[in-house]
Amino acid sequence: MRMRAVTCAKLFLLSALLTGLVPFQTRAANSPAAANEPAPVILIQNATILTVSHGNIEHGSILIKDGKIAEVGLSIKAPKDAQVIDAAGQFVMPGIVDCHSHIGVDGDVNEGSIAVSSIANIADVLNPDDIGMYRDLAGGVTTANVLHGSANPIGGQTVVIKLRWGQPASRLPFEGALPGIKFALGENPKHSNFGGRGSGARYPATRMGVEETIRGAFAEARDYKSAWDVYNKRVAAGEKNLIPPRRDLRLEPLVEVLEGKRYVHSHCYREDEILMLLRVAKEFGFKVRTFQHVLEGYKVADELAAAGVGASTFSDWWAYKVEAYEAIPYNAALMTRRGVIVSINSDDAEEATHLNQEAAKSIKFGGLSHDEALKLVTINPAMQLGIDKRVGSIDPGKDADLVIYNHDPLSAYAVVQKTLIDGRVYFDRQRDLAGRPSLEKEKKTLLDKEKKASEKKADEKKPDEKKPDEKPKPPADSVAQTLSLERGVAPTGGVL
Amino acid sequence: MPSVLGRSLSFALAAIATLVVLLAAAPRITAQGGEPQYFAIRGATVVPVSGPRIENATVVISRGVITAVGKDASFLQEAWVIDGKGLTVYPGLFDSFTDIGLSTAPPPPGGEGGPRPPQPISRGPEDRPGSTPWRDAAGEASLADKRIETWRSAGFTTVIAAPKGGIFPGQAAVLDLAGERNGDLVVKSPVAIPVSLQPAGNFSSFPGSLMGTVAYVRQIWLDTDWSTKAEAIYEKNPRGVARPRYDRTEAALTDALEDHAVVLIPANNSVEIRRAFELADRWHVNGVLYGGQMGYEVADEIAAKKLPVLVDLKWPEADKDADPDAVPSLRTLRFRDRAASSPAALAKAGVKFAFYSGGIAAPKDILKAAKKSIDAGLSADAALRALTLTPAEIFGVADRLGSIENGKIANLIVADGDLFNEKTKIKYVFVDGHRFDIREPEKPKDPPKGDLTGKWKLAYTTPDGPEESTADLAMASDGTLSGTIGSAKRGTANIISGYLGVDKFSFVINIPIQGSPSDVTFTGTFDGTSLEGTLNTVGMDLDFTGTKSDAPTSRNRGEIALGGAR
Repeated sequence: MRMRAVTCAKLFLLSALLTGLVPFQTRAANSPAAANEPAPVILIQNATILTVSHGNIEHGSILIKDGKIAEVGLSIKAPKDAQVIDAAGQFVMPGIVDCHSHIGVDGDVNEGSIAVSSIANIADVLNPDDIGMYRDLAGGVTTANVLHGSANPIGGQTVVIKLRWGQPASRLPFEGALPGIKFALGENPKHSNFGGRGSGARYPATRMGVEETIRGAFAEARDYKSAWDVYNKRVAAGEKNLIPPRRDLRLEPLVEVLEGKRYVHSHCYREDEILMLLRVAKEFGFKVRTFQHVLEGYKVADELAAAGVGASTFSDWWAYKVEAYEAIPYNAALMTRRGVIVSINSDDAEEATHLNQEAAKSIKFGGLSHDEALKLVTINPAMQLGIDKRVGSIDPGKDADLVIYNHDPLSAYAVVQKTLIDGRVYFDRQRDLAGRPSLEKEKKTLLDKEKKASEKKADEKKPDEKKPDEKPKPPADSVAQTLSLERGVAPTGGVL
Repeated sequence: MPSVLGRSLSFALAAIATLVVLLAAAPRITAQGGEPQYFAIRGATVVPVSGPRIENATVVISRGVITAVGKDASFLQEAWVIDGKGLTVYPGLFDSFTDIGLSTAPPPPGGEGGPRPPQPISRGPEDRPGSTPWRDAAGEASLADKRIETWRSAGFTTVIAAPKGGIFPGQAAVLDLAGERNGDLVVKSPVAIPVSLQPAGNFSSFPGSLMGTVAYVRQIWLDTDWSTKAEAIYEKNPRGVARPRYDRTEAALTDALEDHAVVLIPANNSVEIRRAFELADRWHVNGVLYGGQMGYEVADEIAAKKLPVLVDLKWPEADKDADPDAVPSLRTLRFRDRAASSPAALAKAGVKFAFYSGGIAAPKDILKAAKKSIDAGLSADAALRALTLTPAEIFGVADRLGSIENGKIANLIVADGDLFNEKTKIKYVFVDGHRFDIREPEKPKDPPKGDLTGKWKLAYTTPDGPEESTADLAMASDGTLSGTIGSAKRGTANIISGYLGVDKFSFVINIPIQGSPSDVTFTGTFDGTSLEGTLNTVGMDLDFTGTKSDAPTSRNRGEIALGGAR
């Protein structure tokens, strides 16, 4: 979770840009049933294909079968029954992989009450109705690493999802992707900036405390694991009537980290805390999979490369708090040059709508090549999440997660035309635009209906004071009359 | 029920009690030598719910139990005969999830509503936040709850009552809404373990998020399972083994689960409903969903999961105080438009569902809300079933409640027409064979003298010290009062019913007192300029005085203030 001053301005821009960008599908049109039908055969033709893995193909074609990329090449004959998408003058790139997202979460993304909140799991509270998911889809994102917030040294469990808009929560997780866990270092876990939120009550309050908390938790996890190992051994040896250890949902994910079955994604800013976590990880024998934000990563790029840790950073956001002051826009490029696998992430539903442009900035700042820039939001984050065999480039056999842009995606003029996941079109700009009038109409109808109903209710509630045998009306100081006076007479007030 | 108490208490007490409940809507029939124990309702239309309706039939009640139903049912000579001509007999209605009938004990820490007592910070699941599963509705059932009478007068003879507040608030029981002792209310206990997924804590107390709460509940089930197993192993051979810890939460849940209590899982919109499928599977419990208002989207999936649903009858509607410029999302609008069609969708898909009052404060509105689902496509028969036999089935009491059948408990409604017709009046309600006459609140025959319309300042002294409320009253020509009573401390409430007859006034509001909705009745005299009287609520009578606070000269000022506040 990042905190920055520009949020309000960004949100304003977002609402200006996205007003009216509402989902085009009704739920029926893209219901779970629709997803259970076999994926269509699709041929994308005449496109500039940015494969990311093996260069660009002008006037190329991509054949999609069973949700996978079947063929990529110069000219592919359309099989019978194939839907043909003519992408003349358009660009196709792999679907964007966002390595740090908080979309589609019901309730708070932070279980901030405890220093080690590994019991909480984002996968339990996925909300497929979050409109942010659809907007990110419209920005070309097909996969997102949905993380717990950064309020705790050890945060909650995380999940990689595909943005299958319209599908139930159970269909969102990326099949086979290893789950993760969020760690956080620095100001957020020590609650430096959480003044009004009941801070101070909770340990830790310093970077030293953050380190101690992580070490303490892993010491516990080690003991927990050995308690189970001993128990299982004794049971295997034929001992009967043993009371098993109690299952602990807080420690189980940490044991998985120790066993290499769960990735650690650690929020961080400063070089010293980055090196600290690398030392702790070495001591306990686990790997940090990615450092997130890692704004001072350029200072310790060699150490990151040597440890084989990925870095997932921002293009040019900084100075929103003290620990974010020493950031530079060259961070991604410098780390890349030192051999670190680098990605650019969003941390935010709005930011994720233009990650292509965020990646493009590293061409200006640091001189990355076109391909290297694209990798920052495709194959690199896929590698960081261990899903690069499935997504991140346009190669036969990979998932047909593709984005079609009207311009080079690294251009400021690029607008997403279609987004495909598993060979199905989940976003189509033309369909979205065409669907808006009917949605607007439906909305108006429903609003009118509600208005009518509430007026009718108000009428019913009026006391039956129109009877002929009525005595003089109550004095004018009745509340009801005061209100009706305001409604009728006070045009300048506009109070109601 | 003053007259019932009166039988066992002294005459003087009974007289006072009768006096206090001036608006008592349902006096129970008493006669010398005790109330009758045998009734025969003759020549009525009977809607048994368990079978087709029977015209011109007789229902016989003997000592609390239905002993005969049919055209030629015979009955004892001493039976009190009720001419059922033009009347319809229904089974008593269920409110399938509520806290009606429970004493007004303050909710535990983490509870909802009212100012919370400062609560200890929870550092994790081991602190058992928001968990009081040992509280049981059977133990807390109390005749002191005045809503028992209002609910019963509206035809509700049975409730599934559960303590409120927290993640595991306690255990639910089936209560019948009449009795002489508190224990008489209890039909079966425990029948359900309600679970709430409202975070019990905040940013400094666990759990402060939905995901933390979901994880916590799972940990509790695991712990409960572990302690059951560990205890069994330890009991077999305690020597040389560290004894497993005792935990009150685990012990209470173990016992309730052994008693086959179902687990109530909150699930209102389709995301929550689908999530609840996974929770029920993962928790290894017999789940029943509650909420269910977006059932129209996922009815088939619920049917496939074979999970029963308690449908909240408090349909979503626009927030009256919402920013008028904020346009709700289309999804929200669709939900508000279609929610009442969920029961029809559930019925069509074959889901077993029952109705509950949710947040509805006036019981007559419960039937109105059910009627809304009939207007949205549900058959009246299905609606009636969701208020009678189906909840009895869900909570395991269909062998004794829920329909008009020989041998079942005599919980009946006798009405002068179709239950879902707004004009229908309920004449009698039977609970456990006790007859209650239903009368409309008495209105004075004489016209009012003077006018109470305007703003009043009401002053009184509670045990905590002097307090003030403001009353915004509007009086119709016949003396009927409407308006609001409010104070900074207690919030604002609408007048449920009220009148001024000659110079005597009476009005009733319902406000939460110590966490429970409670009727407060104001009665007294109006001398033309000021009010003087008594306000009566649960276990408390306070004298109050009222003075006009909006003298004509100050009216303009008041108007400006009101405008500015908006």
